[in-house]
Amino acid sequence: MEAELLARLTADLAWIRPELLLAGFALLGTLVGAWMGDRASGLLSGLCAIALVVAAYFAWQVRPAEPHTVFNGALSIDGFSAYAKTVIALAAAATLLLGADHFARRNERRFEFPVLIALSAVGMFVMVSANDLITLYVGLELQSLAAYVLAAFRRDDARSSEAGLKYFVLGALASGLLLYGSSLIYGFAGSVRFDEIATAAGQGGVGLIFGLVFLVCGLAFKMSAAPFHMWTPDVYEGAPTPVTAFFAAAPKLAAVALLARVLYGPFAGLEAQWQQVIIALSGISLLVGAFIALAQTNIKRLMAYSSIHNMGFALMALAAGTEKGMSAALIYMTIYLPTTIGAFAGILAMRRDGKDVETIDDLAGLASRKPWLAMLLTVLFFSVAGIPPLAGFFGKLVTFQAAVDGGLWPLAVVAALATVISAAYYLNIIKVMWVNAPAPAFQSSGPTIAVTAGLATLLVFPVLVVGFGWIEQAALFAASSSFP
Amino acid sequence: MLEAIAFYVLASVAVLSAFAVVSARNPVHSVLFLILTFFNAAGLFVLLGAEFLAMLLVVVYVGAVAVLFLFVVMMLDVDFVELKQGFLSYMPLGGLVGVVLLGEMLLVTSAVRTSGAFSDRPTALPEGVTNAERIGRVLYTDYLFLFQLAGLVLFVAMIGAIVLTLRKRDGIKRQDVSKQVGRTRKQGVELKDVRPGQGLG
Repeated sequence: MEAELLARLTADLAWIRPELLLAGFALLGTLVGAWMGDRASGLLSGLCAIALVVAAYFAWQVRPAEPHTVFNGALSIDGFSAYAKTVIALAAAATLLLGADHFARRNERRFEFPVLIALSAVGMFVMVSANDLITLYVGLELQSLAAYVLAAFRRDDARSSEAGLKYFVLGALASGLLLYGSSLIYGFAGSVRFDEIATAAGQGGVGLIFGLVFLVCGLAFKMSAAPFHMWTPDVYEGAPTPVTAFFAAAPKLAAVALLARVLYGPFAGLEAQWQQVIIALSGISLLVGAFIALAQTNIKRLMAYSSIHNMGFALMALAAGTEKGMSAALIYMTIYLPTTIGAFAGILAMRRDGKDVETIDDLAGLASRKPWLAMLLTVLFFSVAGIPPLAGFFGKLVTFQAAVDGGLWPLAVVAALATVISAAYYLNIIKVMWVNAPAPAFQSSGPTIAVTAGLATLLVFPVLVVGFGWIEQAALFAASSSFP
Repeated sequence: MLEAIAFYVLASVAVLSAFAVVSARNPVHSVLFLILTFFNAAGLFVLLGAEFLAMLLVVVYVGAVAVLFLFVVMMLDVDFVELKQGFLSYMPLGGLVGVVLLGEMLLVTSAVRTSGAFSDRPTALPEGVTNAERIGRVLYTDYLFLFQLAGLVLFVAMIGAIVLTLRKRDGIKRQDVSKQVGRTRKQGVELKDVRPGQGLG
């Protein structure tokens, strides 16, 4: 019996190589950091970025045509999780590069930064593979706990501490909602395993719907969908900018993927019920993100509302309830991540007299001072506004197609209106950069920030546009191979 | 019969002391009532035949968590009377939320009773297998992955506590054993020729 257990364990371990690699890096990295102190921060950041890229490769390599569950059904390794893990790992690696330069310039190097990013990535990997409610919760908590610490990373700065505290308290509340929903689901379905919940959900039941609504509320908080978005602007503004870039990228995709997995997996039988909830979340996010952003002067707060608005699009695709909707959400997020990382790289380059500046007016006349940076930011903001032929346009196009195919005409109309409104503030930034009288010049930014901004822009145009068919195929495979 | 009496005594004391935790004026009393609640919950576990969980509850929650609370309450000078100023105004809304949650719990309980989602009695232990052994058997086999993952969560908590609170301070006197051992007589002792009638100056 023991030999059999051991054989099963080693067979399962081979399936979770990406998680093992990152967890191993985190443990060893802590040892190295404890030994060498903060001098190790540059070395560890580099190693962590490499580990993340290798983890992305491992995750991509394992793409079974049929879902494969490991560890007694705790995790499901399938095309969907492989796709999500690859994108998450690459996005996390990019934000790590941003952080290395930023913290070095401010003389705030700390070796814990890459370690916490790696642990957070492990949490996200577990989230997108979750196959029962316990795995879902533990993965989410691992990711969030690391995020709370990262938000308060600049501990002597009042705004950073406030961001960490606010994120922690509200996050704990959301976790409470999520757990309460999970306990209701467990009570009614009699199991925490997704396949058994799916059987129970097929028979319907008011109790399960109650539980599902609580669960969705908790997840909506994590992905900052309105009306659970209150923490987002404050946390985005207060947290150190590379950390904000991290929050805006990888965890968003992980939360969207987790929500998709929960809705399309165990609760596929209750689609008529959850569809209304997701439509409401999507519509409110689209409008709140578009309207409130108009009044922002701080560019980090603006990005926060922009991300709320963009979550509305991902939710709209999910609300369609079709395979196409799920792949559209994945495609949308895949295109959104490089855009937002590039925009944050641009924000990190805004540095004057040794201080970071972050209001929109500081960008005035950037085109005459730093034409290259202005070009990059223009491309990125045009993309996120959804202007063809940039990648952002195609992302929006597939979500609209999915929504219309799913019969969600009214929501698609709301989304179109919200897009027009949101275009106003993106265009305003571009106008400030190109037309307004020049403000004093920025200092030159570090090499990794410049490289990240350049790469992100290249992805937005033309790499992802040319490779769009390929991404679409990968996302469709992810959606179709994982959910029956 | 005896079991039923024990259940009702333990359960009612647990509920009453839980209420006392939030209503007590003195925060130290609150923590003491919390300990009483934990003890009664542990008693309920014993009634269910889960002695190991009962002991764990006492050791972890009473032994560690409640004592930590006690420390926090005593070390931090928090004015709890002032904190509770708004209590009455929040009472109606809080009560409403509580009633809704209670209603939902009753809903789940009744659904489980009628449809029987789960067997309502814990399965009896096979002869000769203790509580701890049985938990260990599933914890380190079926739930091994989650167990290790929970370890990572604790690791993050530890790193977080260090990142946010540890500060390097100058002027701390540390013991350096090799320096102490390597000290020679020459470095440590100095002979002074003191003349009678004069000090060391």
